[in-house]
Amino acid sequence: MSILSLHNSLNTYLILAAILFGMGVYGLVTRRTLVGMLIASELILAGASINFMAFNRFTAPDPTIGQIFTLFIMAIAAAEAAIGLSITIAVYRNYKSVDTEDMVDLQG
Amino acid sequence: MNPTDASGILGFFTADGFAGYADALAGIVFLIMLATTLIGGIIACNAERLVRAVAGLALCFIGVAAIYYYLNSPFVAMMQMLIYVGAVCITIAFAIMLAAPEDNKKQGPSGALSGPLGMITAGLVTIGMIGLALNTKFEVMPKINMGEVKLIGAELLTSYSMVFELVSIVLLIAIIGSLVIARHGRSK
Repeated sequence: MSILSLHNSLNTYLILAAILFGMGVYGLVTRRTLVGMLIASELILAGASINFMAFNRFTAPDPTIGQIFTLFIMAIAAAEAAIGLSITIAVYRNYKSVDTEDMVDLQG
Repeated sequence: MNPTDASGILGFFTADGFAGYADALAGIVFLIMLATTLIGGIIACNAERLVRAVAGLALCFIGVAAIYYYLNSPFVAMMQMLIYVGAVCITIAFAIMLAAPEDNKKQGPSGALSGPLGMITAGLVTIGMIGLALNTKFEVMPKINMGEVKLIGAELLTSYSMVFELVSIVLLIAIIGSLVIARHGRSK
């Protein structure tokens, strides 16, 4: 299979989605600010969406369903980003920091 | 000149030659967009400053939109550009500016899990998923339609109308809730 026909193969998209998911996991465990963790979680959601769309294009009988599901993922991700960022702003107002190591009130 | 004549300088404008070049061009653009997605993702999870991470995230989402286009879904690609690149990235950029972390402090990967341990964790997840994807035989079903935008609209308003309404309510609650949370504790 030629490198120029990679876009016609299901495995290309699955590998890309897995790499994006792995990058998101890496960002999520290494970032120490709330906004950085939110950015990493957006990468994870992008990987999941690519997986849905790839199976939708290559194996599913009805290609509209995967597109509808991806649209719902986008709506939920937008809601999640709005809530997460408002929580970040509220935390910053109370603690004057968005560093996860400064939020230790519940440690006792 | 005879349009089916493959000789001469206009040879690749014939039907076969042009289709071949178009396929090659599509493959090259796909590789560029693949590289854009991966480079954007690397910037988004490794940049020292959060503003650069958001720029990398926007780059990554532009590449993902192009990949949706290659997956026969121009409508979802457009929504990706509108929602993610246009709205989510801008919102995150505003949050970075509002909850401004100190400029001289680095916000890159740090802590006990940065470096080899985090790489191994994420690498194991990635390799496991790639191995699972490559070693599974997926059954390909015959298509019953081509996934046109018209059919998406029809399905959204018939089979999935309940989910559609629920997502609308979730979005409404998210908007009101984020306003309430972010406003709490403001002096005026």
